[in-house]
Amino acid sequence: MSDTGIGARVRRKEDRRFITGRANYTDDINLKNQTYGYFVRSPHAHATIDSINISQALKAPGVIAVLTGEDLAADKLGGLICGWMIHSKDGSPMKVGPHPALAQGKVRYVGDHVAIVVAKTKAQAKAAGELVRVSYGELPAVVDPADAQKSGGPPVHDLAPNNTVFEWALGDKAATDGAFARASHVTKMNIVNNRLVPNAIEPRAAIGSYDAASDHFTLYTTSQNPHVARLVISAFVGIAPENKLRVVAPDVGGGFGSKIFIYAEEVLCLWASKRIGGRPVKWTAERTESFQADAHGRDHVTEAELAMDQSGKIIGLRVKTIANMGAYLSTFASCVPTYLYATLLSGQYNIPAIYAEVDAVYTNTAPVDAYRGAGRPEATYVVERLVETAAREMKIDPAEFRRRNFITSFPHQTPVIMTYDAGDYHASLEKALGLADYKGFPARKAAAAAKGKMRGIGFSTYIEACGIAPSAAIGSLGAGVGLWESAEVRVNPVGTVEILTGSHSHGQGHETTFAQLASDRLGIPIDNVSVIHGDTDKVQFGMGTYGSRSGAVGMTAIAKALDKIEAKAKKVAAAVMEAAEGDVEFKDGSFTVKGTDKKMAFGEVALAAYVAHKFPSNEIEPGLKEGSFHDPSNFTFPAGCHICEVEIDRETGMTEIVNWVAVDDFGTIINPMIVEGQVHGGIAQGVGQALTEACVYDRESGQLLTGSYMDYCMPRAHDFPEFKLGFTETKCPSNPLGMKGCGEAGAIAAPAAVMNAVTDALGVRDLPMPASPHRVWRTIKGMRLAAE
Amino acid sequence: MRDFNYHRPAKVADAVKLIKKAKNGKLLSGGMTLIPTMKQGLTDLTDIVDLAGLKNAGIVVGSGTVTVKAGTTHNDVADSRELKGTLPALAAVAGAIGDPHVRNRGTIGGSIANNDPAADYPAALLGLGATVITNARKIPADKFFTGMFSTALKRDEIVTAVEFPVLRRAGYAKFPNPASRYAMVGVFVSQDTAGKVRVAVTGAGPCVFRQRQMETALEKTFSPDALTEIAVSPSGLNSDMHGSPEYRAHLVNVMARRAVSAAR
Repeated sequence: MSDTGIGARVRRKEDRRFITGRANYTDDINLKNQTYGYFVRSPHAHATIDSINISQALKAPGVIAVLTGEDLAADKLGGLICGWMIHSKDGSPMKVGPHPALAQGKVRYVGDHVAIVVAKTKAQAKAAGELVRVSYGELPAVVDPADAQKSGGPPVHDLAPNNTVFEWALGDKAATDGAFARASHVTKMNIVNNRLVPNAIEPRAAIGSYDAASDHFTLYTTSQNPHVARLVISAFVGIAPENKLRVVAPDVGGGFGSKIFIYAEEVLCLWASKRIGGRPVKWTAERTESFQADAHGRDHVTEAELAMDQSGKIIGLRVKTIANMGAYLSTFASCVPTYLYATLLSGQYNIPAIYAEVDAVYTNTAPVDAYRGAGRPEATYVVERLVETAAREMKIDPAEFRRRNFITSFPHQTPVIMTYDAGDYHASLEKALGLADYKGFPARKAAAAAKGKMRGIGFSTYIEACGIAPSAAIGSLGAGVGLWESAEVRVNPVGTVEILTGSHSHGQGHETTFAQLASDRLGIPIDNVSVIHGDTDKVQFGMGTYGSRSGAVGMTAIAKALDKIEAKAKKVAAAVMEAAEGDVEFKDGSFTVKGTDKKMAFGEVALAAYVAHKFPSNEIEPGLKEGSFHDPSNFTFPAGCHICEVEIDRETGMTEIVNWVAVDDFGTIINPMIVEGQVHGGIAQGVGQALTEACVYDRESGQLLTGSYMDYCMPRAHDFPEFKLGFTETKCPSNPLGMKGCGEAGAIAAPAAVMNAVTDALGVRDLPMPASPHRVWRTIKGMRLAAE
Repeated sequence: MRDFNYHRPAKVADAVKLIKKAKNGKLLSGGMTLIPTMKQGLTDLTDIVDLAGLKNAGIVVGSGTVTVKAGTTHNDVADSRELKGTLPALAAVAGAIGDPHVRNRGTIGGSIANNDPAADYPAALLGLGATVITNARKIPADKFFTGMFSTALKRDEIVTAVEFPVLRRAGYAKFPNPASRYAMVGVFVSQDTAGKVRVAVTGAGPCVFRQRQMETALEKTFSPDALTEIAVSPSGLNSDMHGSPEYRAHLVNVMARRAVSAAR
């Protein structure tokens, strides 16, 4: 291994500009003659728009335009779309409520877009926004997924009676019912997966710019997938054909899924720029807008049952989930509680029969879509809470219960579509038990009790499907796109390299990891490799970064392009060194001819390829540039075991995480330092869900109660111990690098590990997330009252 | 943020004149509450009188008293070596406020004049029986905090310093709101050389208040155990998504015992 190749802890190339404040985020970009957009948003959860009076706003200082839904309709622009069709059990297609970028006739959540005010300064736009007079007719609102289908009030969308988007199912109902009929023990739980706000450090932002002279649009935006944004804005919204629309996602400060989606603000900045004659229109979300109008995550209500035989072997799993979609179907909303959720309900276990039903519902809340893990954390939470509870009820050690049920041979076909290709779940469990000193836990619990603390331990042996995704397979399940990835490797005449990737880095460190691959494969210094992404004018079409796909899918595309580079370079080297192509070997950055001392460095071959003096150009084309589109043949299946230990202060209900062990199998690891960082961040987000975070809407009024950090509680550095990380490795067989993906694992594993530990400490069966001090205290108090 | 007139006087008397003259004016100290409120468009101010120009910061340790000038930041109080020697509980209170950014900007004068029901300083002032010194008079802490976000200050009155007595012992314990880090419940306890005890509670109610029952119990025996049986009534205490009145009432007892344990 070289010190910059695969497996090396290379410091992140991009961090110099991030840490010194020299990054180039969308809000850092200012264009000539730029104007500012301000969005008038709905203060109501559900209301008719009876009239909008813009006359005062138009007269306000600096105001250039005030545009409403009527203007949008007049220009015949299309609405925002949901790109994954789900069919209900009865075969009917999901009910897609229209989603115009500016509300037309009705607002459906607090923060819904009503008008855009464009002015010379941000302050002027905002001040004028307050002068837009909207007359609303308030309607009853519904916010809770459990209430949505039976609210009896006016539906969020008329075309979706009872607010039902779809009623979908997966698995074999009869076989599952049969398993339950012969079960010797059934564990049944009602599980709520709390709604979360993504909270990227960088708020969303957009600059739309129309150049009338060339009839060309440019959008700078905070996107995880600029090509997909261009495709949707072009083909569905109809702003401009793709060749007349450039989308640039420059440095992006965190996304966690929330910047995958195509949002109203991006479309409206583009449209408004043309409407005002081509001056660029810039908008940067205030944090309040992020809370109100970023796509939220999770928000499931589930009844789940696990059936066991006498020996503690799982024989069946039955799940009924209601998933909140919010007021509109966001870009990939429909696939999250279906094909990214129910397909993972087998966990790491050999479960012969599974049946899952999912009802998706509209409510008067912000749209809900993929958020770090997307469906897989929800599935893991259901499975791991059930498994831990079943073990406790059957008085089997939870580690032993898992051992009895682990899948041990691969490939393994689950009853819910997925074919697990490789893994060793015993290995990660045993390694984690060792790192956690599981045997020493009773002594630690006793020591904690002596100082008035309740100590508990919890497991989460999770699995996820990453490397999203084989295009034909997801196409057959309703996806509107393919999920391959593209790469182009451009070798410059002196042997430096540019990698153009369809992946998009918004914190993951691609500029380093991808360069490590090229450095490793071409035997050149890592500084000689640059990674270019995020600009549709520079980079070939690509699908972007989400679902832990950019290693397994994005880097495989790069690896394939590098294969082609090597093959072409060998041809050039053979010609220059007057050798047979088959005799040329490439190693450590040098081309040699077998059995001779002839040798050319990679840079020399690159130069030879570009000057083209030494080979017949009719046989070998000049230049050294290759591309690849890689479509994976399967998902990848990262898995592992997280063990959490907590101590709870009896008097205050405060939970402290005192020990955390994570043993993950991500297949091949390119940069362990970056992977560890991904695990740390994922755990922190998962712990946030379990202990602190909750997005709460008022059940009556539909107002967002957690609209700022005064009430929405983010986890902080001091909430965590030093994590103990370990790795096991089974190579992923479906890509040449053997990579599985690591971006979401922590967020998927953590919530169940925490709640299994908290319930263990408290000696209770369940308590809802987040296990806030108040909630834990009430639980303790309830126990005491019951004991008295 | 809406437009306003900005003033930065160098003398207290000028500041008083300016605030008197303003149609709808506000004194600005650290701005840790006022500026976010203005940014949210929740104010309609014509004039801001910035007190930073007074350069009125610093801690004076006298014989039996500690005087903290109104413009002293929380960090300067928290990090004061002299204070850690004479009145460590006060340094602890300042160090428990907000986060480093807030502690670097926020001031004692601004905090007490704002009198946020969940602020930390009011507990220290009331719990020590401090005296608020203004341009016009001296106000005992018992008379200063009059209700939620309200004080005995007149519109054109400016806090210039707070004078704390150095007592036999004092301690502060805080249970922060998990999200905002304001006090969900903060209890400041002190005892003077004559044995008199003060117990001041912040965060739990609409305004900082004294818990007399605990004071009496601690005057008999200054020990956490003296408080165990005292049930605080939840009646009138704050209620929000982070804690019910019952939880806050319970925490008052827990934090009071911890404050007694921490008292030095």
